[in-house]
Amino acid sequence: MTEGSESAAEIRQRENVSIEELGVDGFMGKKTLVMGVIGADVHSVGNKILERAFTEAGFNVVNLGVMVSQEEYINAAIETAADAIVVSSLYGHAEIDCRGLREKCDEAGLEKIPLYIGGNLVVGKAPFDEVKKRFRKMGFNRVYPPGTMPDVAIADLIKDLGLE
Amino acid sequence: MIDIGSTYTKVAAVDIERQCIVGTARSFTTVETDVNEGLRSALNKLRNITGTNDYCEKYACSSAAGGLRMVAAGLVPVLTAEAAKMAALSAGARVLKTYSYELTDKEAAEINSLRPDIVLLSGGTDGGNKTTVLNNAKKIASIKCNFPVVIACNKTAAEDAAAVLTAGGKDARICENVMPEFNVLNISPAQEMIRQIFLERIIEAKGLAKVQELTAGILMPTPAAVLKAAVLLSTGIKNEKGLNDLLVIDVGGATTDVYSITDGRPQISAVIMKGIPEPYEKRTVEGDLGVRYSAASLAEAAGIDEIAARARISSEEAFRLIDMISRKPGLLASDDVVIGHIDNTLASLAVKLAVERHAGRISTAFTISGEVFIQTGKDLGSVETIIGTGGPVINGENPEAILSEALRDKNNPEILKPVKAKMMLDRKYILSSMGLLSVKYPDIALAIMKKELEMIRWN
Repeated sequence: MTEGSESAAEIRQRENVSIEELGVDGFMGKKTLVMGVIGADVHSVGNKILERAFTEAGFNVVNLGVMVSQEEYINAAIETAADAIVVSSLYGHAEIDCRGLREKCDEAGLEKIPLYIGGNLVVGKAPFDEVKKRFRKMGFNRVYPPGTMPDVAIADLIKDLGLE
Repeated sequence: MIDIGSTYTKVAAVDIERQCIVGTARSFTTVETDVNEGLRSALNKLRNITGTNDYCEKYACSSAAGGLRMVAAGLVPVLTAEAAKMAALSAGARVLKTYSYELTDKEAAEINSLRPDIVLLSGGTDGGNKTTVLNNAKKIASIKCNFPVVIACNKTAAEDAAAVLTAGGKDARICENVMPEFNVLNISPAQEMIRQIFLERIIEAKGLAKVQELTAGILMPTPAAVLKAAVLLSTGIKNEKGLNDLLVIDVGGATTDVYSITDGRPQISAVIMKGIPEPYEKRTVEGDLGVRYSAASLAEAAGIDEIAARARISSEEAFRLIDMISRKPGLLASDDVVIGHIDNTLASLAVKLAVERHAGRISTAFTISGEVFIQTGKDLGSVETIIGTGGPVINGENPEAILSEALRDKNNPEILKPVKAKMMLDRKYILSSMGLLSVKYPDIALAIMKKELEMIRWN
């Protein structure tokens, strides 16, 4: 842990290292992420890749695996004092599965916890801007289209969690 | 071996060289006056069988004076609160109540009136939530009733919690977190701490210290001794195989205890596990399932019509009988054929419901990749042996039928009870004694159990 006024970006620049190389833990206490694939979705490959990427980036990762219910994300986030919840959905039913998640977080005392979501969020070929708008309205802070690389989410997490 | 129970003090004499039980005897427990009176009387009865009162070693366990009464507190009900409850149960405690989230003043007052022997405080994974456990430490510190507190919470909050509790005059002891990481169970350090406090303080507080003069000491609460015996019988020792995965069911007048020794992993493929992982050595206690003090609550859980149908009597008659036996817990099955019959029915239902609550569940979910199974809790399908103990089973009309209620029900296959198992009866009540004996002589305890437990059904 390094204290002081230097920002993460400055340290990175000075040391000439990437986010992945330095790791979040390198300049802040570990931040905890709760992640998993929501609903009746059993796609586990991307889940494993994401877990690895987040862990290597220095986050403390609580991976709930596949077929995760809203209550499981919330319970895990309460117990581990998580800093963000990262939801994946690959089978097109994310909208139904995620309905009310933000409200339930509020009820459980997790007000303002960043909610991220990514994957194949809807069935069919809706324009992503449209999809993004819908999920933003449901209370998600970040919404990612299919094919997003983990680095993008990691960079956003670093920004949103004030690590920079 | 001495087992000071709430009703009876049971003694068993063991010949270490010949590896056998020489005799057993029992007498009423006299904890209100001097617990040694009951013990002496039981030992005198034993002398009539063994011809001596000169034993080279004496060990005791106890569930007298209400047993080891505990309260558990955690954060999320299905996570740290459940882990704390499991730790207390595995340590042989009676869990009076489990609390979750921030304790309210009303709940603190309730804990005060429950007068627990020990409170187990958990909450937060290591590095996780701190605020709840610190708030709860403050609330518990303000409770008037004095009891030791085992702190098994988020390690980052443990010292602050201990300081608050110590300032409140409580004997606070820190041990490892019951859930150091999300969904990782770590209950043995808390178990060991509870056992230590039991030895140091609880025995004295319950007026059982006088027994110390007569014995090498009370080593553990009786359920912990039974659990120890069950584990030994299941896993065996270096040169002597055990019986593999097993289930012990102890039906009593007030409670029904179930012990399972198995990893409980799925017996089929394509299963997704959900919920908190359960311990390999798991104990549950059903405070509402018993054939005397708890007969009325058992009837409520099972349904009076179910009892009537099974006992082949009218519902009115069943109601009358249950009312009578819950008022007269001293009634013996041997006194009366009708009592014997209803006891058999009640014991069967106690076994059925207690094992249903102990066992895990499996459900089916349909996904775009096809059907998947979701399992919570332990699958008892690998259990090879079911052992029955406790008066209502041992002295029942038909112990085999009673224990058969522990097997999987074709109509409710989602409840993961054992599929096919041998059945044994602890006819001489030796399990707790053998748990005690195993502390020093595991080989002899194992040999005696294998010899003395009576096979009543081969598969």
